Amino acid sequence: MDKGMKILIVDDFSTMRRIIKNLLRELGFNNTTEADDGSTALPMLKNGSFDFVVTDWNMPNMEGIALLRAIRADPALQKLPVLMVTAEAKREQIIEAAEAGVNGYIVKPFTAETLKEKIDKIFERLES
Amino acid sequence: MATTTQREEERQAQLELARLLVEQLQRGDDEAVEITIHRLSAPFERELFAELGKLTRDLHEALKGFREDSRLLEITRDEIPDAKERLNYVITMTEQATHRTLNAVDAGLPIAEQIHAMAAELAANWVRFRRREMSVDQFRQLANDLDAFFAMTDTETDRLRSLMSQIMMAQDFQDLTGQIISRVIRLVQDVEENLVGLVRLSSARMEAVKSAAPRPSEVDEAVAAIESRGPTVPNTKDVQANVVTGQDDVDDLLSSLGF
Repeated sequence: MDKGMKILIVDDFSTMRRIIKNLLRELGFNNTTEADDGSTALPMLKNGSFDFVVTDWNMPNMEGIALLRAIRADPALQKLPVLMVTAEAKREQIIEAAEAGVNGYIVKPFTAETLKEKIDKIFERLES
Repeated sequence: MATTTQREEERQAQLELARLLVEQLQRGDDEAVEITIHRLSAPFERELFAELGKLTRDLHEALKGFREDSRLLEITRDEIPDAKERLNYVITMTEQATHRTLNAVDAGLPIAEQIHAMAAELAANWVRFRRREMSVDQFRQLANDLDAFFAMTDTETDRLRSLMSQIMMAQDFQDLTGQIISRVIRLVQDVEENLVGLVRLSSARMEAVKSAAPRPSEVDEAVAAIESRGPTVPNTKDVQANVVTGQDDVDDLLSSLGF
């Protein structure tokens, strides 16, 4: 796993974006960019060479699940790993995200350890 | 609606009654006058009652319709208590976040003070050493103190870093409570729109209610199955939905799906 990889953090709450950014920095990832919902994230993803997306689900304009689907539908982005960090806790939503091709799912509130564990797992699987 | 011939007949009948009334008045037959006046007014009363009956029926239908498709009942029965629980949960969450933050500050401040005090003492001794005012025994003591200081700062700054991290994580309440409050705001808007509908109805113009745009709540409910709802709040209908109770639950579900 390349610690210099380019990560996009998508959440409509700036406080949560800061928390995730800080946690990622503690884990050694310093190359992070932020977007406040799916509709701002998608053009950024299309224009920039991002390596990883951490996204919320419940956001205005374009929700995380729609962003995930848009990523999977775009030939240039479809292999991009996506980690969902959300308060959405319905089983059918988790299944929906899994079927849409999410790489990991974390429910809020979460801990720094959980974030580290899920990121490690995602890249272990991608590299194997 | 009466036809033209019916109208004509009625008019003729009224005219005859009027002539009869004039005759009876001239004759001074009070009893007969009273009966004739009553007969003269009968058609108007019939119309009035028919109109009144129609109005009553319309109002009844409108009220019934409103009750049936109104969300007001549902809102007052389920969602207002639900919203109260949500707001109470917001208070609990903000309280917990504040305590977590203050606890970390309480634990962190003595560490900072201890490091500060030890550094000041060492600095003073270091100055004495540089001025060659120190005996060999005193220097030996200083060396031991320095060893202890390095060991202490190593573990204690690590503890400070962890406390800072706890303070940072405690701020996640802003996102979670924000989502809950937004949901309650949507409910308040919903209540407002339904009350406006009720006011329109009581002005007895049913057209206004019927032509009203579909309430946003209906749209909300229609897509509720796939729509995001924000954090799960205890003691609300959130819990009745099929929700996971934590990360372990999520992991179990995903591993059952082959993750």
